Amino acid sequence: MKKIEAIIKPFKLEEVKEALSEVGIEGMTVSEVKGFGRQKGHTEIYRGSEYVVDFLPKIKIEVVLSDDKADTAVETIIKAARTGKIGDGKVFILPVEEAVRIRTAERAEAAV
Amino acid sequence: MKRLIGLMKLLALTALVGGCALPVFAQEAAAPDPMQLMMDNNSALRIGLDTVWVLVTAMLVFWMNAGFALVESGLCRAKNCTNILAKNFIVFAASTISFWVLGWGLMFGDGNGFMGMSGLWFVSGADNSPALGEAYASMNPFSTAKYAGVYGAINWTPVPLWAKFFFQLVFAGTAATIVSGAVAERIKFGSFLIFSFILVAFMYPITGHWIWGGGFLGSNNFRDFAGSSVVHSVGGWAALAGVIVLGPRLGKYGKDGKVHPIPGHSLTSAALGVFILWLGWFGFNPGSTMAAMNGTAIAHVLVNTNLAAATGSLGALLTAWVLLKKPDFTMVLNGCLAGLVAITAPCAFVSIGSGAVIGFIGGILVVLAVIMFDKLKLDDPVGALAVHLCNGIWGTLAVGLFYDNQIATDIAALATGLGRGAQFMVQLKGVFWVGLFTLPVCLIVWYVIKLVMGGIRVAAEEEVEGLDIGEHGNEAYPDFVITQPAGIHGISRGAMAMSEATAEVRIPKPAAN
Repeated sequence: MKKIEAIIKPFKLEEVKEALSEVGIEGMTVSEVKGFGRQKGHTEIYRGSEYVVDFLPKIKIEVVLSDDKADTAVETIIKAARTGKIGDGKVFILPVEEAVRIRTAERAEAAV
Repeated sequence: MKRLIGLMKLLALTALVGGCALPVFAQEAAAPDPMQLMMDNNSALRIGLDTVWVLVTAMLVFWMNAGFALVESGLCRAKNCTNILAKNFIVFAASTISFWVLGWGLMFGDGNGFMGMSGLWFVSGADNSPALGEAYASMNPFSTAKYAGVYGAINWTPVPLWAKFFFQLVFAGTAATIVSGAVAERIKFGSFLIFSFILVAFMYPITGHWIWGGGFLGSNNFRDFAGSSVVHSVGGWAALAGVIVLGPRLGKYGKDGKVHPIPGHSLTSAALGVFILWLGWFGFNPGSTMAAMNGTAIAHVLVNTNLAAATGSLGALLTAWVLLKKPDFTMVLNGCLAGLVAITAPCAFVSIGSGAVIGFIGGILVVLAVIMFDKLKLDDPVGALAVHLCNGIWGTLAVGLFYDNQIATDIAALATGLGRGAQFMVQLKGVFWVGLFTLPVCLIVWYVIKLVMGGIRVAAEEEVEGLDIGEHGNEAYPDFVITQPAGIHGISRGAMAMSEATAEVRIPKPAAN
């Protein structure tokens, strides 16, 4: 099993979710996060003085799925989340040791 | 239609006269003069309408407390929101008690040029209001009763004493609430509360007596129709004294003199607050006629008030757009209030066109003043000094610059007969005396509170954590994670322990990944 963590631009969430459902990936966990990479922050002005906003709002999507679906999922996310401009985000793929469904106590791929 | 209304009026009048006259006829006493009865009834109607006008406008001014609470909390950080709301709330309670116990008496009691001496405590002096005093005769030809009492300076309005008191009370409350925003995000709640009690009991009513209570400024042709000086400058001077004694918020000014902005947490609150204040000002200025009269004066004053708010907003918008590259909305909000404060003194002495110009200049001034106070390192989170102090002074001087004797006669019924130059000099002297008294006295009061209370500023740790938890034990937004806004995130608790309150601490920027 793999866990895919994708950090994307907030306004791309809806497109990514729909693209993932189209390829048969239904479940996901979404969080509002803040951070920066090469994009860095941006400057804002308040009452005559400039200041830097380092941490920009992003959305983190977490999906756990079987190994064979991981590549499709990553490709789908990249296609849906890309704008071509700096700040589009990143995708991380992590191995998952075990998964348990709380309601039935099913394990491994049956649980995801 | 017009004829019909005329007929109905005639019928109503006949019924009124007849209704009152009948019992007298029944007793077979000497027939009273029907004309006299009509006059008495008209007087009662007149007083009733004037009282309703005064009380309703006073309620609008009371509601300005809600406006100030929203503006100030919106322009400050979420972690201090409960504290700022609590200050704006309790300050009216404090003002009510102070003004009732002593403030009213000092301000309006008959006395000398400096302060009131009669009927000082608990508004307990003799007073036969509602009465149509001689001063009111010009507005009301039916007037016969003479004023008898110790609050002679305010006998020009015929409304009952408690209507006069409540209207003046909400003004005193406004002056006190101005202080709250300037000292926000660092003052101890208890220190602020004590200062508010003292301000409304002593400082506010004394300068108020000079101008509105028969004191040496008002009786020497100084004119301030609704309180640019009496309310706003006094609140502004008191706030300035507090800002000087407190010092700036942690992280606001760097060692290099750089300003690190501390953005407010809700412009939604701030915008609603200014809308409420704009509405409230339709009570503040037109209500200061303290009588509806024939409607001419209140309409003139209301339109002047609205125009100045409009041109003040536009003046600040244009100034910010040109000087700061963007039309910063917080400046526009301050600009609206600046226009309103500036027109408060002159609204009944100047033409409608002059009102528009006065507001526009107020809007420009407020942006420049916000920048100036930051340069002077006088940290005012909400712009209260720029709005109330600078534009309180500007509005007071504008009375002289734009003074129109005819309008002063027709609208304010307070003409001085002076030319613009002479009136300006009188206004300038008034500004000088109010500042010379209020600033030093407030400085002394703040320092005494500091001494007695063991400091007026919260501990550095509490300032970083937020005054909501430190002062009140709970938060305004317990369901949310409150982060430090940009610009001051370099201040951490660890750093605080090592550094003095004024030192600037910035975490080095992480390398790009």
